[in-house]
Amino acid sequence: MTALLTIIVLVFILVAIWQMVKIFDLAQAKVENAQVATDKDNKINGYLMMGFLLFIYGITIVSFVKWGDLPLLSNSASEHGPQIDNLMIISLVLIFIVQTVTQFLLYYFAYKYKGEKGKKALFFADNNKLEAIWTIIPVIVLAGLIIYGLNTWISIMGVNQDDDPMVIELYAQQFNWTARYAGEDNTLGKSNVRLIDIDRANVLGIDEADPYGQDDVITKELHLPVGRPILFKMRSQDVLHSAYMPHFRAQMNCVPGMITQFGFTPTVTTAEMRQRPEIQEKVAHINEIRVEKSKELVAKGEQPLDRYEFNYLLLCNKICGKSHYNMQMKIVVESQEEFDAWMKEQKVFKNSLIN
Amino acid sequence: MSAHEDTHAHEDHGHHHKETFVTKYIFSQDHKMIAKQYLITGTIMGVIGVFMSMMFRMQLAWPEQPNVLFEAVLGKWAPDGVMSSDIYLALVTIHGTIMVFFVLTAGLSGTFSNLLIPLQIGARDMASGFLNMISYWLFFLSSVVMVISLFVEAGPAAAGWTIYPPLSALPMAQGGSGLGMTLWLVSMAIFIASSLMGSLNYIVTVLNLRTKGMSMTRLPLTIWTFFITAVIGVISFPVLLSAALLLIMDRSFGTSFFLSDIFIQGEVLHYHGGSPVLFEHLFWFLGHPEVYIVILPAMGLVSEIMATNSRKPIFGYRAMIASILAIAFLSTIVWGHHMFVSGMNPFLGSVFTFTTLLIAIPSAVKAFNWITTLWKGNLQMNPAMLFAIGFVSTFITGGLTGIILGDSALDINVHDTYFVVAHFHLVMGISALYGMFAGIYHWYPKMFGRMLNKNLGYIHFWVTAICAYGVFFPMHFIGMAGLPRRYYTNTNFPLFDDLANVNVIITIFALIGGAVQIIYLYNFFSSIFFGKKAPQNPWKSTTLEWTAPVKHIHGNWPGEIPHVYRWSYDYSKPGHEDDFVPQNIPLKEGEEELQH
Repeated sequence: MTALLTIIVLVFILVAIWQMVKIFDLAQAKVENAQVATDKDNKINGYLMMGFLLFIYGITIVSFVKWGDLPLLSNSASEHGPQIDNLMIISLVLIFIVQTVTQFLLYYFAYKYKGEKGKKALFFADNNKLEAIWTIIPVIVLAGLIIYGLNTWISIMGVNQDDDPMVIELYAQQFNWTARYAGEDNTLGKSNVRLIDIDRANVLGIDEADPYGQDDVITKELHLPVGRPILFKMRSQDVLHSAYMPHFRAQMNCVPGMITQFGFTPTVTTAEMRQRPEIQEKVAHINEIRVEKSKELVAKGEQPLDRYEFNYLLLCNKICGKSHYNMQMKIVVESQEEFDAWMKEQKVFKNSLIN
Repeated sequence: MSAHEDTHAHEDHGHHHKETFVTKYIFSQDHKMIAKQYLITGTIMGVIGVFMSMMFRMQLAWPEQPNVLFEAVLGKWAPDGVMSSDIYLALVTIHGTIMVFFVLTAGLSGTFSNLLIPLQIGARDMASGFLNMISYWLFFLSSVVMVISLFVEAGPAAAGWTIYPPLSALPMAQGGSGLGMTLWLVSMAIFIASSLMGSLNYIVTVLNLRTKGMSMTRLPLTIWTFFITAVIGVISFPVLLSAALLLIMDRSFGTSFFLSDIFIQGEVLHYHGGSPVLFEHLFWFLGHPEVYIVILPAMGLVSEIMATNSRKPIFGYRAMIASILAIAFLSTIVWGHHMFVSGMNPFLGSVFTFTTLLIAIPSAVKAFNWITTLWKGNLQMNPAMLFAIGFVSTFITGGLTGIILGDSALDINVHDTYFVVAHFHLVMGISALYGMFAGIYHWYPKMFGRMLNKNLGYIHFWVTAICAYGVFFPMHFIGMAGLPRRYYTNTNFPLFDDLANVNVIITIFALIGGAVQIIYLYNFFSSIFFGKKAPQNPWKSTTLEWTAPVKHIHGNWPGEIPHVYRWSYDYSKPGHEDDFVPQNIPLKEGEEELQH
């Protein structure tokens, strides 16, 4: 039935197009070669070009006003975050300027020089000076961006062992995350997926004989003490995953067979972030949407949605299979005291094994 | 490299041998027919690819809502009309594969390289008509295999078009990594063979079969881009083939090139010592040049169409060639910018940031040269010209955000978000598609001897142009908000709830943009039979293809091949009555050829 309907609709569309074409043809019967642009076409399309320029500007303004309040451009929660944000803002401003000017020139010329019969174009094939200008200007601008960008990159990716970073392993599998803290000795026990023993609850494949591993702590929530440099070591047991922590401007793939790393220092606790006016506004807005949606759901006899409360998140950002879209872990940033108290409640590895 | 004088052509290409239906329309060795075959196969694949995007866009806008269309098309993959997450990933994967390889590589480059290389350089046909025929039929075969893979029991390949192992290597990791992935790899291997045969043919033809007087610096920019594209293809496609073969070995013969230390579904696999990062390197060694394989021919077509319709020479012909060469060279040393967060040494990230951002320079030169070509022109707003202008616009908009993505420090946070999706769709998806449409509107008379309806062309362009920006511009913003790509639905993240309405807007634009392509398809197919008969040189162009008769003949020109006396951009040259001087017109007495 649906197939039949679809076919009928398609046929109607084709008939409609055919009718349109007939009307166009009748209107232009006198013109010699009707399918080449006439002065009238040039004029109409010239005006449309200007209209389209306004459309592009319009959609830019609307996008910035409606969605420009981006969590990724402000409210970063790590020490290196503002560095990335500054570079991002500089790049965006630059792009915005170039985009506005070049699009204007393109569409304005398309409008201004629309063809007329009998007019002749300017024979203008070359100008070394002009071309030198628009080679050198991008060279200078890009040289600046490259130097700034590389400085930022090196300072983010370089791990300074003098800072005594706390070592935490992020362990990925289809479709969840596990964290392993290195414990008192701040050294992770050796591990390999070949050592996984589900019956003994050794789910991460930690070498039971390695003394470093005995005090490791395995958790399903990621707690971080504020202000302490953290060095994440990433591992995956099955396919590629990517540990994406957008609020901290951090991302690194988790690759089976190798250990990758990324370090940062969290600077804002979850509680502090929740107090920020921008975050409160965003959360209130999201909750409005959720209340609306809940009404619909209840009317259909389904469960309403929970209230949203702000939390830092770890997301999987590399396609990993069926439930890739729901592979997440909550991150809690808290004071050192709160962190220590939480840590005390956790079991260390040697006590978590089932004998 | 002197031009080639075709002495034996008359006997070879006379009218004495009879053509049957099969040799003329199916196993044709004539480059013009092969071009049309590429175009029509590419169009069919394009319809499939675009239709898939419409379906997953609907899922994204109205997540997990029952839809009669899903029920009808997806069958068991949409129980009660709700799209399953497996098929969502498969649709995304196959959409990417089809659009990048089957439409924008074979459909675009295959069509126009075949049509224009012999006609614009003044050759009777490709260097090897037979190889050319095999190239098309391998492409056809690979298309068939790809389409068949959509119907296998466990589902088509679903690991993303980049098919990173281990996801793509292990059938237990994902249903689509079973037979579906095997067929995907087989299809791509055949495709690469087809592409290499085509490319070698293009290179040899351009170097050896130019007519008398057609020096390299008199070539239209179209030929330059096809030539360089073929060179990039020959350099990079074999690397993808090796990656595909190694992956097949890992999948079927137990080797460990890309796999190591895997524990999945309760058991440890035997793989030891391989690395998925190696696959990423091999894949992107093709994958990045591939975007230039897609965009360069579009640039060539646009340059040619802009000059013709502006009635002006292309501005900075030599700078254009230099920038093509620069882009081609840089394209092979930037692949690592797809891998900043792959776990490779951060020092490599620095190197690739440097080389990547350099590409902005030749790209900027090209953009400014196109804009200057319009300046003080006499712009003929044919549909092809509109698409050419649209190309420059989307190329700029999409290209600029490359400055962010190519910067390793910034990539950390927008990597694999919708920001990337928006960027590459504008800069190489939409732009290349515009280039292709521009080419089709412009050379349709050459291909089919009839004209496309211009008013339908205008509607096609303007609606498509609005929808393209409507879809991809807001997408940058949901990406900057941190929304990852390849998520079946975002409803599990309340954090992104305020972006749901953006997704609805994007989808509505996408559906309108997709639907308007029906107008184009109608125009294309009905004009083959009912279009207005084309004059020999409808756009008053200078290049050689318009000196060939409208009715296709084997060998392209009756009698001798025209000789060439000037470059291909003598538009509005002072001292001439007409505003164009074809390349086969000798210089007037005292006239100087432009020292371009």
